[in-house]
Amino acid sequence: MSIFIDEKTKVIVQGITGRMARFHTKEMIEYGTNVVAGVTPGKSGEIVEGVPVFDTVKDAVDATGAEASLVFVPPPFAADSIMEAADAGIKYCVSITDGIPAQDMMRVKRYMKRYRQENRMVLTGPNCAGTISPGKSFLGIMPPHIYKKGSVGIVGRSGTLGYEAASQLASLDIGVSTSVGIGGDPINGSSFRDILELFENDPETSIIALIGEIGGPQEAEAAEYIRDHMTKPVVAYVAGLTAPKGRTMGHAGAIISAFGESASEKVEILSAAGVTVAEHPSVIGETIANLM
Amino acid sequence: MIVASSEGGTEIEEISANKPDSIVRASIDPAVGLVEFQAREIAFKLGIEPTLTQHMVRTLMGCFNAFRDLDATMVEINPLVITTDKQVMALDAKMTFDDNALFRHPKISELRDKSQEDPRESNAADRGLSYVGLDGNIGCIVNGAGLAMATMDTIKLSGGEPANFLDIGGGATPERVAKAFRLVRSDQKVEAILVNIFAGINRCDWVAEGVVQALKDDPIDIPVIVRLSGTNVEEGQRILAGSGLPIIRAATLKEAADRAVSAWKADQPTITKLKAIS
Repeated sequence: MSIFIDEKTKVIVQGITGRMARFHTKEMIEYGTNVVAGVTPGKSGEIVEGVPVFDTVKDAVDATGAEASLVFVPPPFAADSIMEAADAGIKYCVSITDGIPAQDMMRVKRYMKRYRQENRMVLTGPNCAGTISPGKSFLGIMPPHIYKKGSVGIVGRSGTLGYEAASQLASLDIGVSTSVGIGGDPINGSSFRDILELFENDPETSIIALIGEIGGPQEAEAAEYIRDHMTKPVVAYVAGLTAPKGRTMGHAGAIISAFGESASEKVEILSAAGVTVAEHPSVIGETIANLM
Repeated sequence: MIVASSEGGTEIEEISANKPDSIVRASIDPAVGLVEFQAREIAFKLGIEPTLTQHMVRTLMGCFNAFRDLDATMVEINPLVITTDKQVMALDAKMTFDDNALFRHPKISELRDKSQEDPRESNAADRGLSYVGLDGNIGCIVNGAGLAMATMDTIKLSGGEPANFLDIGGGATPERVAKAFRLVRSDQKVEAILVNIFAGINRCDWVAEGVVQALKDDPIDIPVIVRLSGTNVEEGQRILAGSGLPIIRAATLKEAADRAVSAWKADQPTITKLKAIS
C-alpha cells in the first residue's frame, strides 16, 4: 500500500490539451500511471497521447470510472475545475496550477464541505509538484526516476526541495513509499497534519520526511499532531533560515508575518515535539538513514 | 478575520504585545461574509456610544466589502476616529492585494508605482522571475521557491552570504535563464554566481543553454558554479562541458555551495586589487 495512488488508480487530466499538460501526460503514461481520460471543455472527441478527451469531468467519470484527477488548468479557471472534480465524484485531486487567487481557494474549500466526509474529495496543492508512489504511479510534474521505491514518506511544501530529498535518499539506496507535495500557497487543500495522519496509518511507510518553509502555521500544527498522535519517526527540514522578514519568497505562502513563522522558530517548535531536525538541506537523506 | 482595538494611532502589533485585552477579534465565514451582528458586537466591545453603532456597522461592512470585492489580503484603518460632531471617519487607511488576483482588477494594477519598488525586483517581475534582493555577494539562480531558500541557507552554512533569492519558475526557456543571469549580475555586490537546478517541469539543457548564452554574450571574470540535476541532465552537462567556458560544475547542493564560497574567497585578492586600481 501507498497513500492516495497506486498502479490501478484511474486518473484523468483536466486541461489535457494544453502544452504542459500534454508533455506531462506522456511522461505519466510512460511511467505506468493509469491515465484513462482528459477533460477540456469543447474538445470532446479529441485524442491526446492515446487518451480520449471529454467536455466535462462527469462525462469522463461516467465513461471510465476515474477516481483521481490532475488539474493543469490556468489560474483564473483552476478553482472552477477543482470544484467540478469534487462534484463529479473524484476521490483524489492534485492541482499543479500556481497563481490561484486566495479567495478562489477559500471558495473551493467551502464548496468541498458540502459533501459528507466519506464522499468528500481530497485535494493536494495547488502550486505543487504532485504525488508519486514510486514504481506504481505518479500524478504531477516531478522527474519520476529520481525516486526509488521504499518506505520513506515525504511531504513538503516545495516541489524541487522534495526532489532534493528524494535524490539524497536514492544515493543512499533508500526509497520512498509516497511523496506528496502540499504546495506553496497560503490556502491549500491538505495540510502537513492531514498527510502525516495518512502516513501514520500506511503500513508501507516506516519513517516520514517533512519539508517545511517559512510562513504560515502548518508546521506548528504538524508538530502538535506528531507529539500527540504519531508513533513513526519524523525528520524535518525547514527552508528559509536566511529569508528576511515580511518578504514573499517566491511561494505566495512563504512570508514571515507573525510570531512562530520563521525557520528558526519552526525548527524549535518541531524539535520540542520530538522531531529530528536536519539543520542543513544536504543532510536530509543522511538524517533519515541514521534513524532507519 | 477582523481585528479591532480602541487603542488607535499605534501599530496593532504593538498593542497586541502591550495591551492584549484591548483587542477584539471576529472570524468571518468566507461563504457568508461579515454578518451585521458581528459588526455590532465589535462596536459594543470597543465601547462606541450606542447612538453611533449603526455608523460603525456601516463602516465595518464597507471595509469587508472592499476586502472581498477587490481581492485584498488586508484592509487596515488606523486611526478610525469619532469627530466632535459625531461622525465616524477613517483618517488613514492601507490595503494590500492578492497578486494572483490582479488579473481581474486592472484598475488596481494601474496603481502600481514602480518608483516605490526595488528596481531589481520590478525588473525581475516583468520577466516572469521571482526575485528578492539581499545584502550578500553570492548571487543565486535556482528553480523552485523552496530549493531557492535552501540554496541561500546552504551558502550561509558554507560560510558565504547570499546576494539574492531568485526563482526562475517552471518551464524556463534559455532566454528566461539568460535574463535571470543578467539580472543577478546587474547587482554590483555580486562576486560569484551559483546556479542550482533540480529540473522537473524545467529542462537542464535549456538552463545550460541559457547560462552559456548569457556568458558568451557578455563574458565576466567572476566564478560561475552550476549544479544540474533532474530532467535532461546529461544533455545539460554536455552543453556546459562543450561550451569551453570556465564554468565550475558541482554534483550536489552542498558541493555547489562549498565550491561557490571557496571560489569566491579565492577570488577576493584579485577583486580587491581591481577595486584598488579603478
